Amino acid sequence: MKYYSVSETLKSLFRNRMMSFASITSVAASLLILGIIMSVILNINSFSEGIKHQFDSIDVYIQEDLTQNEILTLGDSIQNINGVHSVIFETKDQALENLKIDFEDYSYLLEGLEYNPFPNTYIINLEDVIYADSIVNQLKNLEGIEEVKYYKDLINRIIDLTSYVRNIGLVLTLFLAAIATFIINNTIKLTINARRREISIMKYVGATSWYIRWPFILEGTILGFIGALISTGIIYLIYSYSFQLFTTQFYVVIAAYMLNVKTIVNEILTLNIIIGTGIGALGSMVSIRKYLNV
Amino acid sequence: MIKFNNVTKYYSGGIVALDNINIHIEKGEFVFIVGQSGAGKSTFVKMLLKEEPPTKGEIIIDDMKINDLHRRRVPHLRRKMGVVFQDFRLLPKKTVYENVAYSMEIIGAKPKEVRKRVPLILSMVGLSNRANVYPDQLSGGEQQRVSMARAMINNPTLLIADEPTGNLDPETSWEIMRLLKQFNRNGTTVVMATHDQNIVDAMKMRVIQLENGKIIRDQVKGGY
Ligand SMILES: Nc1ncnc2c1ncn2[C@@H]1O[C@H](COP(=O)(O)OP(=O)(O)O)[C@@H](O)[C@H]1O
Ligand SMILES: [Mg+2]
Repeated sequence: MKYYSVSETLKSLFRNRMMSFASITSVAASLLILGIIMSVILNINSFSEGIKHQFDSIDVYIQEDLTQNEILTLGDSIQNINGVHSVIFETKDQALENLKIDFEDYSYLLEGLEYNPFPNTYIINLEDVIYADSIVNQLKNLEGIEEVKYYKDLINRIIDLTSYVRNIGLVLTLFLAAIATFIINNTIKLTINARRREISIMKYVGATSWYIRWPFILEGTILGFIGALISTGIIYLIYSYSFQLFTTQFYVVIAAYMLNVKTIVNEILTLNIIIGTGIGALGSMVSIRKYLNV
Repeated sequence: MIKFNNVTKYYSGGIVALDNINIHIEKGEFVFIVGQSGAGKSTFVKMLLKEEPPTKGEIIIDDMKINDLHRRRVPHLRRKMGVVFQDFRLLPKKTVYENVAYSMEIIGAKPKEVRKRVPLILSMVGLSNRANVYPDQLSGGEQQRVSMARAMINNPTLLIADEPTGNLDPETSWEIMRLLKQFNRNGTTVVMATHDQNIVDAMKMRVIQLENGKIIRDQVKGGY
């Protein structure tokens, strides 16, 4: 009796079930890609956030065979470099202990080590990050240094990686979203065709465009919404599995910063629903536009 | 009520459907638009409904120039009008009652109002006992009466009918004319496009005759 109702809409979706299925699948596919990209990016962000406190310092690994005196001389030379605020000496034993404290939960993994892989280290605190490059350059001229670790390189690489992942992800998502919009557009066209007579009668009676549009938009939105739920469900499965894998079997360092399943699923569910229903609404708006021009 | 000032309509392909038309219809009039097939009658109706824009000239309805009426305002213009077509245009999956009630719901009438008015208008067109029947179970004349009930349900000031008797036998046609006359007596302006000579001759109302898009006659109490 009513022009639109949820049950009418569901009936119509079922009548065109092949197209409805195609629409939902295409929305789910594009949101799945987007969700995977998002979970990678969110994790990279969390990781770089977590190791940020290491950016404003430079680690100088000292060669194993240096004598006590040579180590002290090296320390003085470092202290004299312009932009160095303070220098702290950390022995290899302390380095190992610190790691154990930082990753308390995983310390059992370190118990089995047969030798200490850490070098003696000078940790340089900078007066300001802008001195970092010049200090690193000057360190190269000093004797007795095994390696200079400066995390700015790492962070730059992470930023590069993030934007790379994001760009590829966005292009892929946009492409798939366009396909999804197109498929939804065609699904809604079927419904509109089935109701053409009704639409034309409504226009003669003086129904507003929005009144006519609304059930078709509802239909597209429902398609997008279902697609969003399905893709989020798949993300949930994939991410739980990966999380399990990383935290029990792979790199401790990554696992320590890995976002938990709930955080990821919450973030992605919201995003997917917004974008999924958006695609659905857009697809149906496009298809009804030309039928409204009388 | 309705004014056409120098209205011309070209369709694509250089077809002149209306050629410099000037018409003035007062409130409460009953006007026949007559002419052979292709004379421009339906085009005239489409101009009134703002279904097609005129190529030249201005159209004024209720002191409002509708040429440059915004698309969003068109529904409000149409709510002043009831429309009846030759092919009835009923919704097959709705009952008689629902087909009529629907028009009220579309413009946001309250359910209570709908329940009160629909039976009233159905009894006016003599279909009270057919309220719960579907259109395909009705005769042509009955279907046209449903479509008239639908056109009149929202109390339009103007009733437009494009060949309303075109698909009906003479006897049934007269039922429709009797109803149109009744609505007109109650104050509704009626504009009816037709090429049914007998009806026009018998009704003795104003007749505007079109030929090739031009008015060749505008006669009070005329015949065909
Ligand atoms: N949408 C259209 N596109 C092109 N030509 C049209 C269109 N509608 C009507 N015509 C032409 O305009 C002329 C008038 O048509 P119409 O107004 O329908 O006449 P009537 O209703 O009197 O039969 C005819 O020549 C018809 O072929
Ligand atoms: Mg016609």
